Amino acid sequence: MRKKLWICLALVLIIPGLLFTVSCTTTANEQEGETSDQPADTPDQPADTPVEPVVGASDGTIKVNTEGMTKEQIFYNEHVYFEFDKASLTAYGQEVLTRKAEFMGENADVYITMEGHCDERGTNEYNLTLGDKRAQSAKSFLIDLGVAANRVSTVSYGEERPADEGSSEEAWAKNRRTTVVSD
Amino acid sequence: MIRYFIKPAIVCTIFFILILTHPCIADDDNYNYIDIDNPSSRKIPIAIPVFVNTAGSAADSPVFKQMSDLMIESLEFTRYFNVIDRGAYLVDPVNPAITRDKVKFQNWSTIGADFLVTGGLKLSGNNIKLELRLFDTVKGKRLVGKGYRGTVSDQRQIIHRFCSEIVRHFTGSRGIFNSKIAFVSTGTGNKEIYTCDFDGHRPKQFTNNKSINISPAWSSDGKWLAYTSFLKRKPDIYIKDLKKQEKGAVIAKKGLNISPAWRPGKFVLAATLSFSGAQKIYLLTGTGKVIRKLTRNWGSDLSPTWSPDGQKIAFVSDRSGNPHIYVMDVNTGQTERLTFHGKYNTQPSWSPRGDRITYSSIEKGSGNIYVIGIEDQDPIRLTDKSGNNESPTWSPDGSLIAFSSTREGRSRIFVMTSYGTDQKRLLALPGKQSNPKWSPSFTK
Repeated sequence: MRKKLWICLALVLIIPGLLFTVSCTTTANEQEGETSDQPADTPDQPADTPVEPVVGASDGTIKVNTEGMTKEQIFYNEHVYFEFDKASLTAYGQEVLTRKAEFMGENADVYITMEGHCDERGTNEYNLTLGDKRAQSAKSFLIDLGVAANRVSTVSYGEERPADEGSSEEAWAKNRRTTVVSD
Repeated sequence: MIRYFIKPAIVCTIFFILILTHPCIADDDNYNYIDIDNPSSRKIPIAIPVFVNTAGSAADSPVFKQMSDLMIESLEFTRYFNVIDRGAYLVDPVNPAITRDKVKFQNWSTIGADFLVTGGLKLSGNNIKLELRLFDTVKGKRLVGKGYRGTVSDQRQIIHRFCSEIVRHFTGSRGIFNSKIAFVSTGTGNKEIYTCDFDGHRPKQFTNNKSINISPAWSSDGKWLAYTSFLKRKPDIYIKDLKKQEKGAVIAKKGLNISPAWRPGKFVLAATLSFSGAQKIYLLTGTGKVIRKLTRNWGSDLSPTWSPDGQKIAFVSDRSGNPHIYVMDVNTGQTERLTFHGKYNTQPSWSPRGDRITYSSIEKGSGNIYVIGIEDQDPIRLTDKSGNNESPTWSPDGSLIAFSSTREGRSRIFVMTSYGTDQKRLLALPGKQSNPKWSPSFTK
């Protein structure tokens, strides 16, 4: 059941992702370069399609473009990203988790697993502990915001389930993450 | 020269039988073992001509060359020997001599072969009767002589038995010929655990669960293999009986259950568990029961490796802010930091000789293999500018180190001497190979 869900999710994520990766990234860069709020020339996207995360220009921070997503889609698709070999939350990570805590407050039937992931650099076993710490720090933050501890499980996949198989700074940044999976 | 094959009662067994032909200890005189691990010492020059047909009739079988070539390959694998090229041999191809009274030792010493292995092979149908001798060509002496019987399919075991004798003659240790290497390969699309012979031959898939399987660990008697698997969608430790392939215990506490390491001589292992919240190393029975918590400091502790006497572990901890290697006496709890250079030292493996630890260090984005002496604490880098190098593991005699490297693109397993010389690829299978773990020597 869960597997099926994963496959569906993966298809929904990957195929349009592959199609629009190039244009999305360009769009982000263009937007940053512009001073006006005028939306750039975006390709047509189905409303329910999550977008590939976008790497920011200078500081390497990474965000998921949640434009057009429902609250629920944002909850499951907006990941928390980390710095290399760090399990502490960035300011933006805390912002994302605050949104997740709000969503869980509004939806009492939601039980989740936070999956901790790492980039391929570093060694398997160490990355399993690092992924565990990332998932734990995300969970603690949710608990601090009032989410009941029994609603959040954690698991670490270390470097074993990259979101991006590449070996670039951008791929690594996308892979250092915790994701939310419905229980 | 007397040699005689004792016919044992179990001659019908399909397995080969080893018979000591002659008590050759007397021949060994006062040979001093040299430190042939040290790359500055010269490799031992040895000649291994194609085995001779002793059946009397002309037998034209590829087995003669196959078996003698396998001996060359196996001895070269140890990195101790320089096998002299057959093109240089000054032997009579029609009537090659294999016994001490017939061998013209000068023909061998002249071409620089200080040592000579001769083989006399009698092939009848599928059955093999093989006499093997090691000579010192300078002294004109036979050093080792053995007779073996078996079938053609036993040829690897037969050759490796005699290779063990040769290596024991020079080093005092039987070497690596009875060992295996476990590793992780992604050929099926999933990380599954495989095993192969010490030389990369006969790879076999060990796990087949379409999940993520990593960190194989051999028990010191070679009976058990523990590994980490995501079979239940979280990292748990599985323990399997290698012979029976039976399911053993599963360590599946809440959180992480990773990096198993068997205590030498015991059905006990150390592993990292996080059920208490913190990632700590615990001592567990082979049936998965916690004996006690071993590490207590702040930070994560993982990847334990045992000293050969089973009294200490080396492990990774980030208690100083970055991952480094620490050594702990498991009886007293006394712990000392071993590595101080760099910012990312993980994957320690304690030498079976006890004196050194190998580990990987990530510097400028790529990993290199180091060894460090327990006493002098002086790290020596063994790999350089050759992709990402990880997961070093000692051969059971402490002479070689296997590791994974991306120097050829995809991650493959390589083997080198413990001084970093003679780095060669072990095998290449579909997908990527990583996480090698060398077994102990199996005693049969």
